[in-house]
Amino acid sequence: MRRVSEGGDDAPARTARRAVTRQAVSVGLATSAYGVSFGALSVASGLDVWQTCVLSLLLFSGGSQFAFAGIVGAGGSGVAAVATSSLLGVRNGLYGLQVARLLHAHGPRVLLAAHLTIDESTAVAVGQREPSAQRRGFWLTGALVLLGWNLTTLLGAVLGDALGDPRTYGFDAAAAAAFLALLWPRLRSREAAATGVAAAVVAALLSPVTPPGVPVLVAALAAVAVGWWGRRTGAGPVGDEPEGTA
Amino acid sequence: MSTWVPVLAACVAAYLLKLAGHLVPARWLEGPRVRRVTGLLPVALLAALVVVQTVVADQRLVLDARAAGLAVAAVALLLRAPFVVVVVLAALTAALLRHAGWAA
Repeated sequence: MRRVSEGGDDAPARTARRAVTRQAVSVGLATSAYGVSFGALSVASGLDVWQTCVLSLLLFSGGSQFAFAGIVGAGGSGVAAVATSSLLGVRNGLYGLQVARLLHAHGPRVLLAAHLTIDESTAVAVGQREPSAQRRGFWLTGALVLLGWNLTTLLGAVLGDALGDPRTYGFDAAAAAAFLALLWPRLRSREAAATGVAAAVVAALLSPVTPPGVPVLVAALAAVAVGWWGRRTGAGPVGDEPEGTA
Repeated sequence: MSTWVPVLAACVAAYLLKLAGHLVPARWLEGPRVRRVTGLLPVALLAALVVVQTVVADQRLVLDARAAGLAVAAVALLLRAPFVVVVVLAALTAALLRHAGWAA
């Protein structure tokens, strides 16, 4: 009977561990699949295979990477590419605030945890109830995405060089869809929807008359306008819902 | 200017932002207005990027196969399809339309 009671104590923890492992693996696979399109699109934007792989390895944040390559490809300045990519990266900093509370990491582990702080690892971590499952979710998802994303980026970059125009394969539409999928879960509040519409209109109006990269940066002001002067409806998630991907 | 300079600058900035979240005391970002702005920043950027990535080509507004791909992606999102399915459907739509010669 002792075994049974031991089993009873461990069973929920085991179930939680299996569940978080399953989630981490599926998120890792899904994200990796999409690394191919980043690799292909990046080399088509004029970055070489090395630069493409360095972005995936060191920048390691899909949204920022697509934005960077997109602006470079459209002929935008390096400054605009870095600025847009960094503004998008602000949310990883906000995730870091949350994740740090779950991980209690010290020393060099903080440096590694910071690198792995992205949409996917944060989403899986905060989706768990048990502290041990939260930590497992963060590290496992982060490691799997890092590995898979970099391998498929290389694959996409090499294939992209060989296959030619990525538009033939719809990779440009894939990038747009990825941004939309990242945006989608953030549109729940009216404030967020208003911000999104305002930013979209600004970007469309400015695109024909300003250099590439500038419309996106100016559109960011929509967030400042709505957030700073908007009604106090409370919807101010400091990365409360990191449910995007990449 | 070599493309390496912005590539590496973007990498350094991305890492420092991530690290700052782990090291900065949470209370620095606690003002309700600051929280709202930082919460809405990704929304504005992503919405603008969707537009630029979908209807802009060579600094002109155009409707091509990308818009069709995005429409399919939106339907897939409404039907709660997983991320990778959304992305693949959008790519397939654009690729097929171009292959058939129905859209640029």
